[in-house]
Amino acid sequence: MLELKNLNKTFNAGTVNEKKAIDGLELSLEPGDFVTVIGGNGAGKSTMLNLIAGVYPVDDGLIRLNGFNLTNLPEHKRARYLGRVFQDPMMGTAATMGIEENLALAYRRGKGRFLGSGITNAERDMYREKLATLGLGLEDRMTSKVGLLSGGQRQALTLLMATLKKPDLLLLDEHTAALDPKTADKVLQLTEEIVSRDQLTTLMVTHNMKNAIQYGNRLIMMDAGRVVVDIKGEEKKNLSVRDLLEKFNIENDRMLLSE
Amino acid sequence: MDFTQLLSAMPGAVAQGLIWGVMAIGVFITYKVLDIADLTVDGSIATGGATCVMLTIAGLPVWLAMVCALAAGLLAGLVTGLLHTLMGIPALLAGILTQLSLYSINLRILGASNQSINVLKYDLLVSLRYITHAILVVAVFAVVIIALLYWFFGTELGCSIRATGANPNMSRAQGINVNFTKVLGLMLSNGLVALSGALLAQYQGFADVKMGIGSIVIGLAAVIIGDVLFSRIFHNFALKLLSVVLGAVIYYAVLQVVFSFGISSDYLKLLTAVIVAIFLAVPYWKAKYFSKPGKKGGKTNA
Repeated sequence: MLELKNLNKTFNAGTVNEKKAIDGLELSLEPGDFVTVIGGNGAGKSTMLNLIAGVYPVDDGLIRLNGFNLTNLPEHKRARYLGRVFQDPMMGTAATMGIEENLALAYRRGKGRFLGSGITNAERDMYREKLATLGLGLEDRMTSKVGLLSGGQRQALTLLMATLKKPDLLLLDEHTAALDPKTADKVLQLTEEIVSRDQLTTLMVTHNMKNAIQYGNRLIMMDAGRVVVDIKGEEKKNLSVRDLLEKFNIENDRMLLSE
Repeated sequence: MDFTQLLSAMPGAVAQGLIWGVMAIGVFITYKVLDIADLTVDGSIATGGATCVMLTIAGLPVWLAMVCALAAGLLAGLVTGLLHTLMGIPALLAGILTQLSLYSINLRILGASNQSINVLKYDLLVSLRYITHAILVVAVFAVVIIALLYWFFGTELGCSIRATGANPNMSRAQGINVNFTKVLGLMLSNGLVALSGALLAQYQGFADVKMGIGSIVIGLAAVIIGDVLFSRIFHNFALKLLSVVLGAVIYYAVLQVVFSFGISSDYLKLLTAVIVAIFLAVPYWKAKYFSKPGKKGGKTNA
């Protein structure tokens, strides 16, 4: 499915601010894997996701998805295979465009955009149904500008956009970190529903250990640009936050705080 | 202040306003839709005027000369777009570079610093000798352009240009090649600006290498006046374009009123800059001092 082989990425190489963000990273996912990713600040979680998405190029290494070599493909061409939700609710949607227009943009991911209609009536019906499944009442505000929505609503919409065309791989980069706890839970539940319904292969970065344990079938922990812990199957099911803390001697304050 | 004189000057102001309205629609596409301040227009408006005048004098029918002016504008936009996307030059600077080089190109096209064209000798589309006719023709022009753009920005391609301006990150994540859409938007914008330059040169009866100086500011004035005055009532995209044209007409009408008080026309550019500065400041002040707090701003990705 997804294969990352010996990935390396250094920022500001050759300066005093040189930072080796990804250091010989190896990871391979099975189809249908829902992997939660934890790790301290600067462990390379977001960088890994951004390298997969092509936000910046790798220094060396190989990124392969379903046998395709993505390593040198520009970001907009990889988009055809990927669904992405970002930490910042402002980043995944176009604020000055309507809800239905945002969905229509997402619906055309991976297709050529020419002089055909930007949105059709048949699509509108489909979007209304899909929006209704979110349970946020957005189906009655299809033409409202996305800028008028709350952070949680925007993240739910971004999630819907990311999965509207079934992606080969769903990348969630701390997508609930900017939300209040109640909204975060709601968005996480939606995530779980959509992922299990469409059996999406997913990488979900989180700072919340409880969530990392509760969701998904596999958990990886990153440190210094590498995967240092990889737990799956039965072991993952029986994992507790205490186990994680004890086993791996986690010292990161932010992870402890969110226990 | 001579009221009858002011009244008699108004039709001319309307005609000029409409012509600049076409230009301002071009500015709207870059400034509002693409979120790029493109300074190419100061050069491309003169390129449009020069191309149209010279080709008409050379014996081409006016409509064909105007199509060529449009094409010259598209090319100017292409150059700025490639400087920006292919060579990584900031958009503002890319526009300035193209604008500067267009000055030389315009000189070469005209073969002199200006060329006049007489409406009595050539079958021009508009002229200030026949103002009512000019107003009608340019109004039809503006309506057709608005209709075409309304259709275009509703297509998949048009939507991807709008998305690029609204959120380039999201656009890339949804598979839009934002470099391509930026170049396309810049081309479209400068094409319209050059077309407006072609109309302007015919209207005033000459093309001049300096006819574009400060035109970006006039275009911005029209966009901003239209936005400040009509944004509460005009929500539809076509109406927003119309408000830009109305903004240009209002701008010229206001200038006429100001000049009727006896202020020297030497102050034209200064007044334009002051008007734009005030209209730019008003929304900022309103947001800063009169709005309810609570709207959350976006942070950069961690």
